[in-house]
Order: sequence, then structure tokens, then C-alpha cells
Amino acid sequence: MSLIVSAIGQGLLWAVLGVGLFLTFRILDFADMTVEGTFPLGAATAVAAISNGMNPLLATLLAFAIGAIAGLITGLLYTKGHIPILLAGILVMTACYSVNLRIMGRANVSLLGKSTLFKNHFLASLPQYFDSVFLGTLVMVIITGLVIYFLQTQLGQGFIATGDNQTMARSLGINTDNMKIMGLMVSNGMIAFGGALVAQNNGYADVNMGIGIIVIALASIIIGEVAFGDLTLNQRLVAVSLGSILYRFVLLIVLKLGFSANDLNLLSSIILALCMMLPVFKKTFNFKHILKRGLDTND
Amino acid sequence: MIKPLLELKNVVLKVNRNTPEEIMILDHLNLTINAGDFITVLGSNGAGKSTLFNAIGGDLSIDSGQILLNGKDISHESVERRTRFLARVFQDPKLGTAPRMNVAENLLLAERRGQRRTLAPRHLNKQLDRYKKITATMHNGLDERLTTATGNLSGGQRQALSFLMATLKRPEVLLLDEHTAALDPQTSQDLMHLTNERVQEEQLTCLMITHHLEDALTYGNRLIVLHHGKVTFDVAGAEKDALTTEKLYSFFAEIE
Repeated sequence: MSLIVSAIGQGLLWAVLGVGLFLTFRILDFADMTVEGTFPLGAATAVAAISNGMNPLLATLLAFAIGAIAGLITGLLYTKGHIPILLAGILVMTACYSVNLRIMGRANVSLLGKSTLFKNHFLASLPQYFDSVFLGTLVMVIITGLVIYFLQTQLGQGFIATGDNQTMARSLGINTDNMKIMGLMVSNGMIAFGGALVAQNNGYADVNMGIGIIVIALASIIIGEVAFGDLTLNQRLVAVSLGSILYRFVLLIVLKLGFSANDLNLLSSIILALCMMLPVFKKTFNFKHILKRGLDTND
Repeated sequence: MIKPLLELKNVVLKVNRNTPEEIMILDHLNLTINAGDFITVLGSNGAGKSTLFNAIGGDLSIDSGQILLNGKDISHESVERRTRFLARVFQDPKLGTAPRMNVAENLLLAERRGQRRTLAPRHLNKQLDRYKKITATMHNGLDERLTTATGNLSGGQRQALSFLMATLKRPEVLLLDEHTAALDPQTSQDLMHLTNERVQEEQLTCLMITHHLEDALTYGNRLIVLHHGKVTFDVAGAEKDALTTEKLYSFFAEIE
């Protein structure tokens, strides 16, 4: 039971990454590698700030701001510097590694004995693991709500149009460069925010905690889409949180099967690859057809 | 006296600048467009027709010369700023609409062409009745598909929608780049009739590139021919009415 509650809590905390990546991967329609650097950047920022006595909530918001700056740099390299987005992301991701070491002073910093978002009277009074479920739900309701509101504004519609058809967007007077920069800033801000949450939940920040982040964030998006099928844009954003929880369940099962935590990155990649190839499998094996034939004995 | 709306003065535009492959696409081109002109633009491939549109739209920056709107130099204004007065319809139906957004959402985007977009809610539902009426004027079933993603529309419907989007907020200048060329003959004719009707009704100032000599003769009050980056032929009014396809063919044979 506690394992399941823990998985739900972890899923909700990590879902921030999925919604953040949704803005670039699904709406602007490109893969932003910066997130592998901004996740530990957010963790490092929050942990360093808290260690220096900053209020944990402020430290978490500071992580968002620093992440947004990293996104700004990727955005400028991409739009003004004409560096392909994949490379621009990798450049900033690589640079973040050094920055994170600078911020933390060493490769791993513990929050032992320090105050965090999870250490207050209310959350401490909840049963074990329910603190992350509560905080995760709160964060996801706010963030998902804000993103849904934004996408329905005039500016948000211009943002969607930029990812959908750049030529048209420009011909209607939408500054597509600014839209991409804004998307990268908000997206990376959210990923860094997620990094700050996870670091406080784990009780430490590690310079290597960014490896495989993009796969985890993509997994929550893709699993949500595969599991719930045809959805509206707003529903898809909610499905990201559910996808993130489902992904944690899958990990739980995999660990129960006897794999070690060291195998998780390999398994995550395999799960994601399988989910992304599902449309191909459906076509090749014609699932529906086989199913029908199996049911209809007269055929 | 009619005041010129848009003027191109000695416009030069080169590609592959400062390389051995440098080509002058627009060669000291001069063109004065008056308010209410409906100009059909003819010319062989590579004559500079699309480049002319891209120069007016700001997609390509000019090397020398001036582009004036109501006497004001706009040669160095960005694409985004020029959309305040300019609307375009492209040849490729895929370029004119956002495929994952529905018809109503596309119209809403187009209605704010060139304006600031803020964090105010879009209020799409309030517009639906109005959009239904507007799309019904296209007589092609668009009004029944307001909530359909435009990627699922036929090419004809998409192109009609693109045209509607370009004229929804009245542009001072409308550029049509072979906007019926990718459609089947019947749909193409329907959209051409509709275009003409709308341009006349709203007294739009319009440039239309076409490869159909008949269309170029039938529609508009003025006809120009581009050749090697220059306007080599420019007729209007009664002189244009007197033109025939034969005369045009013999003219083309002369300049080639």
C-alpha cells in the first residue's frame, strides 16, 4: 500500500516535468535537450539557496527563474543565432553541468537538517508519503490550470499557432521568435521548478540527477496519450499527470520483477520507445482486425 | 488625383549576395499601386513574381531602392509589423492555416492580424455565431465545420478559409500568390469568382499572381507583366479590357 502511495506522490512531483516539456515537445513541436541541464540546475539552485538560509518556497521560485534564464539562452541561440534547436539545447545542457558544480561547490549537497517545503507542521502530520501526494496535487492543479488558462488567451493561441504553422503565424503578425523564446523560458522554468521539488523531497541535489530526464518527461506525456486516446488539448495536459503516475507504477512493477535501480534508465528508454512505436505496431499487426477475427467465428 | 497607396521605387533584390552565384531577382523595379487597384501579375517562372511579393511582405530584404506605403518608407520594417496593413494567401493550402487548430480558432487568430496579442481570454464561443455567418458566404460547407481541425479539411475548403482569413480584418493591401493553382478546375473557378466578388465589394487593393491568362484578363482593372525582375508591361482600364489572349501570347513571344 505505502509503495502505491509513494508511486502516486512521486508521479505527481515529476509530472511538472511532463507539463513543462509538453509546451516545447507537443506545442512548439521540437525536442528541447536543455531540460537535462535545467532539472539539476533547479535542484542545485534550491539546495544552495536553502543551505544559505533562504525560505524553501522562495528558493523553489528562484529555481524557476534560473531555469527560465537557461531557457532564454537556448532560445536566443536557436532563434537569433540560428543554431539548430537540438544542438542549442545540448550546448546549454552541457554548460549547465559546470554551472551546477559552481552553484553547489561539489557534486552532491545534502539538505540534512535544513528546512524544506516538505518540513512543515501540516505535511509532517500526514501519513507517510502523503506529503508528496498532497504537495504534488497542489502544484499540478495550479500549474496545469495556469497552462490551460494561458493557452486559451490571445497570446496562448498565437503560441500554439507558432508551433502549428510558422509561415501562417508570421503572416498574421505573430512574432514567432519571441513565442519560441517564451516557450523555452516557461518550459525550462517549470523543469527547474520540478528539480527543486524533487531535490527537497529526496533531501539532496546531485550533479548527475539530470541524466535521462527528457526520457522521463516524455514518458509521462506519451503514456498519458497512449492510455487515454483521443483527448482535447486541455484533457491531454491533465493526462500528463496521470501518465506520470502510470509511469511510476510501471517502474514499481519492473523493480518488483527483480531489476535493480541501476537498470531504470535502460528500462525507461525501452518503455518510451515501445510506446512511441505503438502506432507502427498497430498498423503492422492490425490489432483491430485480429481482434475482430478472433471474436467472429463465422468469418 | 489618386494618391498612390504602395510604391516600389528602383527596388533591387539579389540572392546569393557577394558570391559568384549572385543573381539580381528584382532589377530596379518600379511599380505604383493606387488604392482600389486589382492588379493581375503575369510572368514566366523566375521572372520575380513571388520575390516581388516577398519583398513587399518583408520576408526578403531589398538591397537598394524604397518601398513606400502612403508615402512612408517601410523598406526596413519587419514581417510582423507589415502585417498591420498586409494580408497574404499562399499557393499551398498547407501554408495558410494552422492544421491542428479548428476553423473558428484560425479565424480568431486572423482577426487579430498585426495587433498585439495579450493575456486576455480569447472568448471564442462569443464569436461562433458570427463566424458561422461569415463562413456560410463561402458556400462550401465551412460553416458546418467550425470545430473541425483545418488539417482535416479538403484543399479547397482550406484555401477558401485562407482567403477568408486574409480579408476578415480588412487589409490595405492583399497579396494573392496563385491562390487557386493547387485546386481542381471547378473549385479553382469557384474561389476565383468569390475572390473577385469580395475584392469588388470591399474595394480591396489587391495583387494577384496567376498563370491563367484568361483569369488575368477577366479579373482586375490592371494587368502587369514581370520579366527579368522588371515590370515590362502595365495596362489598366479600357486598354486592359481591349487585351486578348492572342495579343498577350504575341507579347510574350516578343520578350522571350
